[in-house]
Amino acid sequence: MDTPNLIEKFIRYLIVILDGVGFLNVRSHSYIPNSSLEIKQELMREIGVESIEELYADIPEKYLLKKPLSLPSSMSEFNVKKHVEALLSKNKTCDDMPIFLGAGCWPHYVPAAVKEIIQRSEFLTSYTPYQPEISQGMLQALFEYQSMICELTAMDVANCSMYDWASALGEAARMASRVTRRSKILIPKIIHPERKATLQTYTEPAGIGIEEVSYNPETGQLSLKDLESKISDNVAAVYVENPSYLGFIEENVDEIGGLAHRHGSLFIVGVDPTSLGVFKPPGEYGADIVVGEAQPLGNPMNFGGPLLGVFACRDDLKLIRQMPGRIIGLTTTIDGGRQGFCMTLQIREQHIRREKATSNICSNEALCAVASAVYMALLGPNGLRRLSEAIMYKANYAMNLLSRINGLKTPVFKSVHFKEFTVNFDGASLSVKEVNERLLSMGVHGGKDVSKEFPELGQTALYCVTEIHSKESIELLAELLEKIVNRGEGGV
Amino acid sequence: MFKQAQWSEPVIFNLGKTGRVGYTLPEVEEEVKNSVGSLNRLIPESLQRRNAPALPELSEPEVVRHFIRLSQMNYGVDSGIYPLGSCTMKYNPKINELLANLPKLGMLHPYQDESTVQGILEILYWLERWLAEITGTAEVCLQPAAGAHGEFLGACIIRAYHKLNGESEKRRDIIIPNSAHGTNPASAAMAGFNVVVVPSDNDGCIDLDALKAAVSNRTAGLMLTNPNTLGVFEENIEEIAKIIHEVGGLLYYDGANLNPILCKARPGDMGFDIVHINIHKTFSTPHGGGGPGAGPVGVTQELAKFLPVPRIVFDGKYYRLDYDRPYSIGKIRCFYGNIAVLLRAYAYILILGQEGLREAAEVSVLNANYVMRKLKEIEGLTLPYGEKPRKHECVFSSKPLKDKTGVSALNIAKRLLDYGIHSPTIYFPLIVEEALMIEPTETVEKEELDRFIEAMRKICREAQENPEQVLKAPYNTAIQRLDEAKASHPQTMILSWRMYRKRQSIKNL
Repeated sequence: MDTPNLIEKFIRYLIVILDGVGFLNVRSHSYIPNSSLEIKQELMREIGVESIEELYADIPEKYLLKKPLSLPSSMSEFNVKKHVEALLSKNKTCDDMPIFLGAGCWPHYVPAAVKEIIQRSEFLTSYTPYQPEISQGMLQALFEYQSMICELTAMDVANCSMYDWASALGEAARMASRVTRRSKILIPKIIHPERKATLQTYTEPAGIGIEEVSYNPETGQLSLKDLESKISDNVAAVYVENPSYLGFIEENVDEIGGLAHRHGSLFIVGVDPTSLGVFKPPGEYGADIVVGEAQPLGNPMNFGGPLLGVFACRDDLKLIRQMPGRIIGLTTTIDGGRQGFCMTLQIREQHIRREKATSNICSNEALCAVASAVYMALLGPNGLRRLSEAIMYKANYAMNLLSRINGLKTPVFKSVHFKEFTVNFDGASLSVKEVNERLLSMGVHGGKDVSKEFPELGQTALYCVTEIHSKESIELLAELLEKIVNRGEGGV
Repeated sequence: MFKQAQWSEPVIFNLGKTGRVGYTLPEVEEEVKNSVGSLNRLIPESLQRRNAPALPELSEPEVVRHFIRLSQMNYGVDSGIYPLGSCTMKYNPKINELLANLPKLGMLHPYQDESTVQGILEILYWLERWLAEITGTAEVCLQPAAGAHGEFLGACIIRAYHKLNGESEKRRDIIIPNSAHGTNPASAAMAGFNVVVVPSDNDGCIDLDALKAAVSNRTAGLMLTNPNTLGVFEENIEEIAKIIHEVGGLLYYDGANLNPILCKARPGDMGFDIVHINIHKTFSTPHGGGGPGAGPVGVTQELAKFLPVPRIVFDGKYYRLDYDRPYSIGKIRCFYGNIAVLLRAYAYILILGQEGLREAAEVSVLNANYVMRKLKEIEGLTLPYGEKPRKHECVFSSKPLKDKTGVSALNIAKRLLDYGIHSPTIYFPLIVEEALMIEPTETVEKEELDRFIEAMRKICREAQENPEQVLKAPYNTAIQRLDEAKASHPQTMILSWRMYRKRQSIKNL
């Protein structure tokens, strides 16, 4: 060994000693147990290197960062907590003011028991249950989630989650195309624009075309006539949403499903599962694939994510083999002695099938699915019915109150509404933007502006009322809207 | 000795009693009910639900006990070392959980007026900036919900780029090394590309001659993980980037293995045009038994116009959501991303800071190389693809052990569970026979690394002395080996309780 190396070695040794007696202010990090110099030196000795840089020697010199990046310096946990809380307190939430927004992400109450269970670190900090023997808890919880989604939708098989409703729809369209070997999907003109945009992103590379089916201007209901004119033997699937994006119930689902099936197309139904306590489940009107958003079942809104995409289908091997995503199954131990759970049908998935997989999905929303399982178990059949009823009562109460205000038209469509409904301001010569600005100045957040999405509906907003909206907040909304429309106090 | 809880916990449908409830719902006032009237009158008869869903009926304590028992039959990072290669199972700091569960986030609706969400937009905006800085990219989109979702977005951007150049018909090939994660070819195929696989050389790196032979004017891009799935840094990255760029292709960085180069080197500097980041790996957010994660995507300035809408913009005073991006590929999901996950990453970056992130990278590499050095001494294991230092992970082959004793990588994995140690990733990458892919991460102390090494040593010895014992493992877990073939066989698969009931009723006929 030459002299410079010896000197270097000595300096390093000195640093370790000084660090050990706390002389140097070299911090060992609280998340990184081996970050003290002494342990690092020990590890390096075992590895047979003199410095950590030797382990990076294969990275071309020009790519090794020489200067610090423009990143914050380390902060204490205390200060980070204060900082993040201060930022979040700039937000106004549903707790600070009544908010009447839905449109794919809905405010609902999340019971304390749900929060407690999904913070159990054995669930929270585990990975995908690749080793079933040590992951039975997560596997069983996910099997129970799948099973309860099946009960709710009256379908036979559900996967253990997709990212959200929109991506679930995209996958459903691709699946329908694979199953039927056809390349067109019919969708309703009244659909969430972000779901439609996601569907386009998912289907365009697969060469699947999307065609919109118009609606009855009086009722909003899907036009059967238009559907009949557009359906053909090249249609892989007909898709409807129930409740629709604009909140009304699609009533002709038997006819729509029948028409789809007569042409050999699949029938895909998108649902808000909170409606299924009172409304007929899609499995009872012929749905082949059900997608939807289960965020309302036990998951907070979190500014729109994570969400929880529902994906279910009938017990038909032709369908099941083409399903995307993870599916948990019930099986037994090899000796047949005990029941247990494991991932099934992995041959569909990317880690086995690579480019021939049914989807690339790997990480999903498993913990949100566990939250939903706990939520559904707490509610049970009666609770779900009562939840649906509470939502429907309150939303219809709001709709009725608003419909009495001169100058407002609510709902725009003469149909049954569940938890969302449209309010049109054309009669008051006000834009949704103006109304919402005035509402906000008075401490209430109005509905979503859909006037750009559906210009034919004029100045229309989509309002959402759930079980968490009190009678008082609904009445306050009506009172303020009355004032705004009649240019009273708070108006211009 | 490790002993996992072994509850004989029934499926939840077999628990409870008719009439029990586990909820209290917000009240519906009588006046509201009276004003609306009977719901049965409101809902057309043909649309009413006739049969209540067959959900279990349980009180709150029963539900809680059921799921707590289930949780006790699960293993997480908080239970012990979780050296699952490529998954970066690092510790999930508790402060992040506290912050992500604040109602100030939970009760925030994505369509609220911008003036009421300035706080969260500020967090997301700066997280984007930091991730761009860390990856060496110009702009970052936080929307993808997972790594594979980010890959899909990346592949869609490659498609949009070539389409704008009028070359989408011609450029149909995405090149992927044979050591790649399964999501790479799956994502490329989903975005409509042909997958061209190139082999690895003796060092486990992409074979340059094969790459040169594979590229053409049909090449749309290359998807690469660096360090790759063997834990080896692709030394020829400059040349690789040149080869791809010279034929007009784009370079995609699979960020699954970003952890070891955090604040040490940046994919953007190496010539990558598109980079995804696995927030749930590199930035410490919990995996939740499979998700939710987040897979932000960073791109060069040239490609920024293709990112999904909305983009978060800041004029120095006010944060806004900008939808006016004519070249955007559109949407890959609703809203703006898995915000509760992203908030955790924001806190993580702040707590570690630049120095801490670099420290995390270096110690992850130190730990992996220590484990590699120690496991090399064990009879029955070999280290394929040379002796070069690894980065965050190392891949061993247990083929010699299998040839001699019949004990496979799977058997080793199962036996490790008996020690209260989660198994490494097995049978991946595909280019290693009987692969054991080990990623200790920086959050495991030396004593725990030594416990893992010792367990591996004992298992390999046991395989020679008493292979039967290893072949039947595990013994100490909640359940013994499961019949996975039965679970997937069309005649016997049970994918829901509904299917179970159906099969039982057929059996009882």
